Amino acid sequence: MMNMTAENTIQNLTKKDFESGLDVRWCPGCGDYAVLSQITKLMPKLGIPRENYAFVSGIGCSSRFPYYVNTYGLHTIHGRAPAIASGLKLSRPELSVWVVTGDGDALAIGGNHFIHAIRRNMGLKIILLNNRIYGLTKGQYSPTSELGKKTKTTPLGNIDRPFSPVALALGAGATFVARAIDGDQAMMATILERAAKHEGTAFVEVLQNCVVFNDGAFDRLTDKATRDDTRLVLEHGKPLIFGKERNKGIRLNGMDTEVVTIGENGVTAADILVHNENAAHSGLAFSLGQFEAPDFPMPFGVFRSVDKPSYQELSRQLSESARASRGRGELAKLLNSGETWTIK
Amino acid sequence: MSNAPVTARPIEELESVVIRFVGDSGDGMQLTGTEFSKAVAKAGHGFVTHPDYPSEIRAPTGTLYGVSGYQIQYSAGQVFTSGDAPDVLVAMNPAALKTNLPDVKRGGILIVNNSAFTPGNLEKAKYESNPLTDGSLQGYRLYPIDISALTASALQDSGLGKKEVGMCKNYFSLGLMMCLYNRPVDKEIGDIEKKFAKKPQIAAANITALRAGYAYAEATEMFAVSYQMRESAVKPGKYRSISGNTATALGFVAASELSGVPLFIGSYPITPATEILQELSGLKHFNVTSFQAEDEIAGICSTIGAAYGGALGLTTTSGPGMALKTEAMGLATILEIPMVIVDVQRAGPCTGIPTKTEQSDLLQAVYGRNGECPIPVIAANSPADCFDAALEASRIAVKYMTPVILLTEGGIGQATEPWLIPDVASLPKMEVKYRTDPKDFKPYARDENLARAWVRPGTPGMEHRIGGLEKDFLTGNISSEPLNHQRMCETRAAKVAGIAKDFPPLKVEGPAQGELLMIGWGSTYGSIAKAWQEANAAGKSVAFVHLRHLNPMPADLGDIIGRYKKILVPETNLGQLSKLLRERYLRDVIQLNKVQGKPLRVTEIYDRILELC
Repeated sequence: MMNMTAENTIQNLTKKDFESGLDVRWCPGCGDYAVLSQITKLMPKLGIPRENYAFVSGIGCSSRFPYYVNTYGLHTIHGRAPAIASGLKLSRPELSVWVVTGDGDALAIGGNHFIHAIRRNMGLKIILLNNRIYGLTKGQYSPTSELGKKTKTTPLGNIDRPFSPVALALGAGATFVARAIDGDQAMMATILERAAKHEGTAFVEVLQNCVVFNDGAFDRLTDKATRDDTRLVLEHGKPLIFGKERNKGIRLNGMDTEVVTIGENGVTAADILVHNENAAHSGLAFSLGQFEAPDFPMPFGVFRSVDKPSYQELSRQLSESARASRGRGELAKLLNSGETWTIK
Repeated sequence: MSNAPVTARPIEELESVVIRFVGDSGDGMQLTGTEFSKAVAKAGHGFVTHPDYPSEIRAPTGTLYGVSGYQIQYSAGQVFTSGDAPDVLVAMNPAALKTNLPDVKRGGILIVNNSAFTPGNLEKAKYESNPLTDGSLQGYRLYPIDISALTASALQDSGLGKKEVGMCKNYFSLGLMMCLYNRPVDKEIGDIEKKFAKKPQIAAANITALRAGYAYAEATEMFAVSYQMRESAVKPGKYRSISGNTATALGFVAASELSGVPLFIGSYPITPATEILQELSGLKHFNVTSFQAEDEIAGICSTIGAAYGGALGLTTTSGPGMALKTEAMGLATILEIPMVIVDVQRAGPCTGIPTKTEQSDLLQAVYGRNGECPIPVIAANSPADCFDAALEASRIAVKYMTPVILLTEGGIGQATEPWLIPDVASLPKMEVKYRTDPKDFKPYARDENLARAWVRPGTPGMEHRIGGLEKDFLTGNISSEPLNHQRMCETRAAKVAGIAKDFPPLKVEGPAQGELLMIGWGSTYGSIAKAWQEANAAGKSVAFVHLRHLNPMPADLGDIIGRYKKILVPETNLGQLSKLLRERYLRDVIQLNKVQGKPLRVTEIYDRILELC
């Protein structure tokens, strides 16, 4: 119903039109700036009127995001953004609803809402800015902090095993799962655009450097000197090859995945797995989602992208068929339903 | 009454009767009670029912804690409650007799399923000897009937197994009661055929059992009389029997239809509120979206999202769920968006006794949030009243852009009474306008009621950002400026306080001043009204007023309180309204409290009145 105005509002919009003009209060050098920049750059390109975007967030550094985008925005309570966004999307399916969250917000306090939004395939774009630390509360470990890590609440080292957000999302049945990193904006742009166009839940983990409390956490993934050996770029239909020499790859060994070197021990290019975003089952994507340094490269790109009906579409169909079979509900008829009797 | 059965026995006229059906939770007592109340309704009598069942779906058979009951009071006159003490107890086993006997009127009728009084069942019920034969029931009119055996013999040719036959005994006892109380069975037979349309063999067996029970009561000379009630003098019109939870659901659909605003319910199943979610889930041909959320928090949060999107938001719960929704209620308050939280109260604290009724969430509703967080609170006083209360809650929510808490109770939500179906044209108008004019738009600019504008995402030129952080008085942008925060807190409080200007003058029953004023809220209405009526008849100077609005309180309540020497506050908690009244009006009040998971009895209030004046 709002599309009447689409033409005049989409016309000639630029990145600038999507910036709210409020002072951005992230620390200088924070990885969140890169994500904000890529999203505001992407929005004018999507053909969606500005007023039809809504950004919903919870609590944490990442959750300040909606204030900086000139669209409709709701900055809510810790962990609950997926639930709030679900209600909004379900009641207003024509809106493009984005959830911007963090590793604490989505995976600790909000874990339940996160997995259930994904399970339902609710049409939300969930962008998780993962810095592997609690920033706003000044430096406690998060559900993605590595084992052994020393933080203010783990002075003797972290014994809390971390989640892989990608594996968690896949385990919850996600239909679109991707990973990006703040230092590679070109790749981030591509991934965000694909996420924006996905009908069901699109989940994107963005590894993001916290300059104050976890600085350098992803250096090996961004440094020119090391990144080719530490990253595995996923491309649909292409072999899972990485390394400076482009000679390392992922091979299936029984039901497990392993890193091999092409040309060694009889391994040839034909042995390397070919990435398939649309596989019938998410098993291989799940395996990739658990890759961690130092034994494995960190995969980036789209792990999985399959088309399944979204919750809001199924809900719309239910209402439509209820109206088709019973007619549009009439209040008087409803009040007078059931067994009635008349007193004269 | 034209097709009432012809019996040779004398027919005794009754003014009112209280019947309680009790048995194992698998004995079908809820069904028997419901069917009996339908038969009563069709005769045009007023009635109030009270289902009372254990939390376990099927507790082990024969146990004291597995007893399920259904009580109905019906009358030729006005019925206020489901009755204090049963005149008749229909007990299907020893445990049911044992747990319910203390409530039965001395000299009352006990119809007991003799077949179930086996040594094993007696032991489970902790009876040392058989009460049917040891003389302990001498003060009652005892009718031991082999209900199981008689049902089995009536169904010996039905081709059904022992288990299915056993399940038909509730229809036998229903037939028995319909005969004793002169109710025709034809309609019930039609209902059984409909109910079991897909299982014709079961339908036939239930009909046979019903007829057998009826015939047994008619043929044996066991009952000396049968009973009849004169036609009730209730208001003319079209009625239906309605439970509080159904009435609540219909009230919100009505609010949606009257305002043209879509209804969104986001809820998590919880006893005794679940039926509201179930009811609305089946009404998708209206402008209703239902969402069974992953937990209580997601229930209210999805509702907040939908209300932000322009829907009338509704989330339904009970005490423990209210506790979980607390933080989100704060969000709805600071966002200033319209939604209703329905709390069908149950016995607490914590999980408490889920299936038993109580009024103990009042202070939670009024105060239970962090920060200065005012939320309007209203309460329904009977099952049918839930419809009006839902409309009122919705009206306040959309007019003042605020979350509203509607308190009902298990004893209202799951009880039924006849409802005079309102004419749609007579329902209050509810006008809602979303703001679409971007000129000079400030998200937190307010109208004369201090309500801000409802702006739906998707409205061009009005993009804005709001949230749970304190915000600037006009722009809604984040602000931690000290004076702005005080101003916002005071404005939110003033907005809620200002709602009282809409309330109609309180209706005081009884003398306008004098010795004693009773103040009640919620389900105690029936017991207070009846006790008041009896006290007046006994010549006592007593008045009462019942509160729909608990926060803010009606503006005229202070004056009214000042006109009486003593104030009595009956409630099923430890004195929560009493606390509020003392705090608001600096007046001491006399408490009458009961927390037994049961409604206050008329006599409990009446006796207290006699002590006080």
